[in-house]
Amino acid sequence: MTNLLAITQTGADWLLAVLIIVVIAQLLGIVCLILAHYKKLGAVLKAVKNWFVSVGRAIKNFFVKLGKGIARWFRNFHERFMDGSVGTKLSHFFMGAGNLYHGQIFKGLIFLAIQILFVLFMALSPAINDTPLGFKALVNFGDLGYIQGDFDPDNPPVDPETGMPMVVGNSMLILLFGVVTLGVIVIYLFLWLSNIASAYKADTDSRFGAGATTFKQDLASMLDSKFHTTMLAPTILGVTVFTILPTVYMILVAFTTYGGWSASEGQTNFGWAGFQNFVEIFTNGSNEIGQRFLPVLLWTVIWAVFATFTNYFGGIFLAILINRKGIKGKTLFRTVFIMTIAIPQFISLLAMKNLLSGGGPINSMLMNLGITDAPINFLGNDPTNQNVTLARTMIILINMWVGVPYTMLMTSGILMNIPSDLYEAAKVDGARPFKIFCKITFPYIFFITTPYLISSFIGNVTSFNIIFMLTGGGPAVAGYKAGQTDLLVTWLYKLTVENSNYNQGAVIGIITFICTSILTLVTYRRSKAYKEEDTFQ
Amino acid sequence: MSEVFTEKQKKVGHMRRNRTIVNTVVYIVLVVLCVIWLYPIVWIILNAFRCEYNNQGKLIGIVVSNYIPARFGFDNFRKLFTETLFAQQFLNTVIVAIFSCILSTLLTLATAYVMSKIKFRMRKPFMNLAMILGLFPGFMSMIAIYFILKALGLTQTLFALILCYSAGAGLGFYVAKGFFDTVPNALVESAKLDGATQAQIFARVVLPLSKPIIIYTALLAFTGPWMDFIFARVILGQQNVELHTVAVGLYYMLYDAKADGNVFTVFAAGCVCVAVPIVTLFLCMQKYYIEGATAGAVKG
Repeated sequence: MTNLLAITQTGADWLLAVLIIVVIAQLLGIVCLILAHYKKLGAVLKAVKNWFVSVGRAIKNFFVKLGKGIARWFRNFHERFMDGSVGTKLSHFFMGAGNLYHGQIFKGLIFLAIQILFVLFMALSPAINDTPLGFKALVNFGDLGYIQGDFDPDNPPVDPETGMPMVVGNSMLILLFGVVTLGVIVIYLFLWLSNIASAYKADTDSRFGAGATTFKQDLASMLDSKFHTTMLAPTILGVTVFTILPTVYMILVAFTTYGGWSASEGQTNFGWAGFQNFVEIFTNGSNEIGQRFLPVLLWTVIWAVFATFTNYFGGIFLAILINRKGIKGKTLFRTVFIMTIAIPQFISLLAMKNLLSGGGPINSMLMNLGITDAPINFLGNDPTNQNVTLARTMIILINMWVGVPYTMLMTSGILMNIPSDLYEAAKVDGARPFKIFCKITFPYIFFITTPYLISSFIGNVTSFNIIFMLTGGGPAVAGYKAGQTDLLVTWLYKLTVENSNYNQGAVIGIITFICTSILTLVTYRRSKAYKEEDTFQ
Repeated sequence: MSEVFTEKQKKVGHMRRNRTIVNTVVYIVLVVLCVIWLYPIVWIILNAFRCEYNNQGKLIGIVVSNYIPARFGFDNFRKLFTETLFAQQFLNTVIVAIFSCILSTLLTLATAYVMSKIKFRMRKPFMNLAMILGLFPGFMSMIAIYFILKALGLTQTLFALILCYSAGAGLGFYVAKGFFDTVPNALVESAKLDGATQAQIFARVVLPLSKPIIIYTALLAFTGPWMDFIFARVILGQQNVELHTVAVGLYYMLYDAKADGNVFTVFAAGCVCVAVPIVTLFLCMQKYYIEGATAGAVKG
């Protein structure tokens, strides 16, 4: 039995080896195509050099532009103050003064109300759940209300000066409200600037134009010249509260001590940790992220490369088969594969997991056929006989089941758009089908779908469902949360949601962001789709 | 002369035979692939209709001896709707899906239209910001969203889940923007010359031309809550079973601490109940789906 198991295990290794060879061959093919595209190596080197030069120039231009922009902004600010009417000058201190000066009562009152509310908010520092917002939140932000050591929440420590029980800081809310207060200040500054701009506009309108606009006209402009503000307002609100605020919050959490045993007990008393959590990753620290970071990162990269390229070429292959001339039932075939896209992933993945489980139908079929006499631990879900390579290979294969139909769909349309005279010409010249594929079909698809290839690579770096549903990160590594098939994001999930190691999870999140953004910066910004974003109209 | 002709005829005949052989091979490969792709689906469907019980009179769970059930029936569906909270969870999902579909579609279309057709000062910075935010893993902010909702006293309600699904929808404007880019600018300009306001141009000129992208956006927004499993799980909390959506409910049916392996056929019945409406919807809207998906891939 052990012999047979060993055979299946080496079988899996072989399978992975074949997969590796296929993917490497594909990558080499792409490199060759690009080289062929550039004709000479010298041209390639020149292109690389130019790329670095242009990046350097872009960075320089950015800072020069930024400096000039800031200088211009201050000059304008000064000129506007000197040039403006009494109202405009006053509205630098009292919001809405300029509007009131020009008889725009409603607008002026709204601005004034905003200023009063802001001042009240900052001064009174309203508290929610005993945690203040406003000015006090900024004060608390310094130490997050951290109290040294562990303590019993029902029996808080006593203040040595007053002899009263100390208010135990809820650092989680203090941090959150600090971020919220900072956000409110930024929004207030923005409104303050637009108040000055509005006052100055009323000045110029009444001096040169038809007089300051009425409230009715202002409302009408919301549907016309200011239509973009109206349309974007809900999105900006939603994104600020549900994307920017949480992201900023989690980035800050990466610099705190929030996590571990006390956090999982529901205690939210923590302080700043500086770069400690990051240092541990790179100094191979003794804790989870120090020890498991490199293996997980490596596997994430391997997974992303494999998942992307197997799906990409599998999809192109399938599309070519289905769209081949003389094949009947194209719609039927296509519908079968589209159907698998439509089925929610949790259904198909859990079905796969059960099909491949130790007592599942595939194992019993293999045993009945006499191929193996013990169940093969395909996904490493059973604690005995775990095989990392097999589990990883299976994940990549199942990912093909999920992803190939999607690429097929994508490339089908492109295949049909390739001008047929290209093929005719190639046939007249006596080109063989394989050569036609290499010289016409593939380059055509490749150059059109580059953006898709990049976005699907990023999608794979941050893909969650497949790993989580199939293996749950296993086979496990004793003593650590991150298993052998855990990606950065599934690890992030385990660290935060399952184990309350919020600070370590946040560090992993930031690193994932850095990985994806470097990739995007290098490739996406140079792609035609980005550069010529508004020319194709 | 005649010799050449026969040569050519021979060649044509040879090519034809060659093509038939290749086509046969292609058919075989395609059929094999279809079988591989349909195998798990068919297996789930067969299990959903399996009416087999073990010696103790309980449902039989995963059967490995026979693919075709010994007895077909609707026992699993009856059990699903009477003995589990599936009906309630199905209703929850419908509610969440409808509301987040409406909200997300409005937000996405509004953002995409503005980014495509109105040139304003902050346009480029907005696009860059959207791209940067999109690069952060969604799970990172998920736990923070949970804290925020908790501070607002909103956690563990369907309303909170709807907000989570749709509030950030504006960031996913790329595909719809790609579509609006293809609407000719001349159309917008001439409407402007005729004295139409920006709002009128959007509502009366561009929107009526945008049926495909409206349907595509709505389709994705509607099916999202049926497929998502992580957000619902974290936001709604594990213990609030009566609030769960179908994805979470079905997952816990199999992998809860007190889950029992015999319910696999009931789980399969639940999967069929979820998949049938979604797949039907997709197949009906196939045309728009393909249009939207390919447009997004090509333009980025």
